[in-house]
Amino acid sequence: MCGSKVNISEANYLKIKEICASFNNNPGDLINVLHKTQDHFGYLPVEVQKVVAECLGIPATRVYGVVSFYSFFTMKPKGKYAISVCLGTACYVKGGEKILDALKSELKISEGEVTPDGKFSIDVLRCVGACGLAPVMTINGKTYGRLVPEDVKGILAEYAD
Amino acid sequence: MDTIKLTIDNRTVEVPKGTTILKAAAQMGIKIPTLCNFELEGLALKNHPGGCRVCVVEVAGRRNLAPACITECMPDMVVKTNSLRAVNARRTVLELMLSDHPNDCLQCPKSGKCELQALAADMGIRDIPYKGEQSHYPITLSPSIVRDESKCIMCRRCEAVCHEYQTVGAIGAVDRGFPAVVSTAFGEDLIDTNCIFCGQCIAVCPVGALSEVDHTARILRDIANPDVKTCVQVAPAVRVALGEEFGMPAGSIVTGKIAAALKAIGFDYVFDTDWSADLTIMEEGTEFIQRIKAYLAGDKNVKIPLMTSCCPAWVNFYEKFYPELREYPSTAKSPQGMFGATVKSYFAEKIGVARENLVSVSVMPCVAKKYECEREELKVNGNPDVDYSITTRELARLIKICNIDFTTLPEAKFDSPLGESTGAAVIFGVTGGVMEAALRTAVEVLTGKTLPKIDFEEVRGLEGLREATVSVPGVADVKVAVAYGMKNARVIMEQIKAGNCPYHFVEVMACPGGCIDGAGQPYHHGDASIVKARYAAIYKADREMPLRKSHENPEIISIYKEFYGEPCSEKSHHLLHTHYFDKKIKFDIEK
Repeated sequence: MCGSKVNISEANYLKIKEICASFNNNPGDLINVLHKTQDHFGYLPVEVQKVVAECLGIPATRVYGVVSFYSFFTMKPKGKYAISVCLGTACYVKGGEKILDALKSELKISEGEVTPDGKFSIDVLRCVGACGLAPVMTINGKTYGRLVPEDVKGILAEYAD
Repeated sequence: MDTIKLTIDNRTVEVPKGTTILKAAAQMGIKIPTLCNFELEGLALKNHPGGCRVCVVEVAGRRNLAPACITECMPDMVVKTNSLRAVNARRTVLELMLSDHPNDCLQCPKSGKCELQALAADMGIRDIPYKGEQSHYPITLSPSIVRDESKCIMCRRCEAVCHEYQTVGAIGAVDRGFPAVVSTAFGEDLIDTNCIFCGQCIAVCPVGALSEVDHTARILRDIANPDVKTCVQVAPAVRVALGEEFGMPAGSIVTGKIAAALKAIGFDYVFDTDWSADLTIMEEGTEFIQRIKAYLAGDKNVKIPLMTSCCPAWVNFYEKFYPELREYPSTAKSPQGMFGATVKSYFAEKIGVARENLVSVSVMPCVAKKYECEREELKVNGNPDVDYSITTRELARLIKICNIDFTTLPEAKFDSPLGESTGAAVIFGVTGGVMEAALRTAVEVLTGKTLPKIDFEEVRGLEGLREATVSVPGVADVKVAVAYGMKNARVIMEQIKAGNCPYHFVEVMACPGGCIDGAGQPYHHGDASIVKARYAAIYKADREMPLRKSHENPEIISIYKEFYGEPCSEKSHHLLHTHYFDKKIKFDIEK
């Protein structure tokens, strides 16, 4: 009879410890720690959150509470190329949803999902601060503006590897 | 002290600075309804998030309505608690809450005790105008606690006790907006979390989102089964609380009625956990004497302080949070455990019944005891020493199901030979009681003299963390500490870790004030006077006992003569002692 176990690779464990240590394992920096951790792993799976909780000396419910509250944090892995479609007011009015639909039918996945080959993922966000270029999407941080649905195919081709 | 004058509902009132509108109004006899707000005054439980908005009042000159529970009184403030605007807003808040509530009151475990139900009745809600989506979560089980998150109203009282009072954090608010709910991290089962099953979340939940696992139907089946014999034990704190379930005043001592009710329900043998509490003192007291003697003789390996181990939530806590210190707590089983082990060995043999055919049930003020029953190390060939445990509330339901008029029931006595007890046993039900009971025996054994005064007032009280020095002439000044709530227990564990713990003997209980406010007791709804009345009743019951020291209990003396030999003998080690496990969450790191 022993407690439950959390499986994690040594490299990942040490990386999380390093990130937490860079914030002096201060529980008040939980959000900053999660930002950095998500930057590194692309998402925040259960075992990663448990290590964060352990390092900061807080219950896992606190970590999960924050991760599940803020839409920026995700527990689902992202694709190698993470596409974010803006559906903020300006982009929405300028047809952001049509861009999203074009991406969905091109990649055959829904928002929040990853293509089976792990290459692309689609997420929706609210405003990237480039309303003048509406409608906008970003791929791994690179911004594409003034889009029409027909642009989608060509842009995806840029990531053909 | 600075005071403030203000007007509430056209009457002026003067209150100390810092008083909330809610408390100022209460002082005037104005009862503003609340839901998320909760406080067990003087007993460390509180929750003031100002979140539910049921207590909104109108403050002259302010644009928005103010939540009375967190708004402080200001000079010359003019407050209306019952203006049309305030009443309508309160009603809307309640209607919105009810629109996302299952409203299955007739089958709900909290029915009749539910604060939301009472509020809806008080507000005269007859229709819920908002028809929309409802939250649906599956009901989840654990050995002790049932969670029905669909009923959660996000008052977050449970979260406050779990995080702040117990420093456990097994449950907390997750998600946002409509799906927001109090749950475990990642939706895990409670058993896989750090939950210690203290059940205080149940004790404070205003609705039916949290309740205990119910075994009443199982009892009725076992009693009706001609192939088994049934026996029952009743914990000390139950006898000062059960009466409340039948309209008797808080603090009524109903020991004799409980024995009579259990016999009327049909148990074959009705015994008393107080008997095994006396037995616990013999074992734990002896262990303390052995450890302190070794310690004073300079033994560096002996674990001092000795810590009590009768509280099952506390045991879970050190197994999950401080497994490296698990040799400090006494190896003595809890009174429930000692009773179970004795009844399924000594007593089963005596009446010629195989242990599998003897159903042993306990009535506890506790929900963590349900978990304790399921511990593998407290079973013999898979057969538990205590088959299952019911709470004080479940016993009340059982009495009602069995058509027993509890208030007029003539008193009866517990059966022999596991029914006789002393005042030292009954005080197990209150914080400081196990310590005092142990001192009554240990000091007499250590000095070889009769105590001139057996009331150890210095370890009594309702402070969460107390310390005292007890002079044992010719031996030592024994430093003791008494803690309730894991936040306070943590203080002592950290001292032990740091090597600067000044105590020789420490008592720990998980619930506020000890078992008298165990999570299986009748709901107090934040009324601390109920807990205090139970506290006074425990000491009254102690004073009224002819014998008040465990080692003077004739049925304890005879069980050692007849069966166990002497305290901490080989036989008692085998049956009355246990061991603890490392249950900390482990990281399995793959290279």
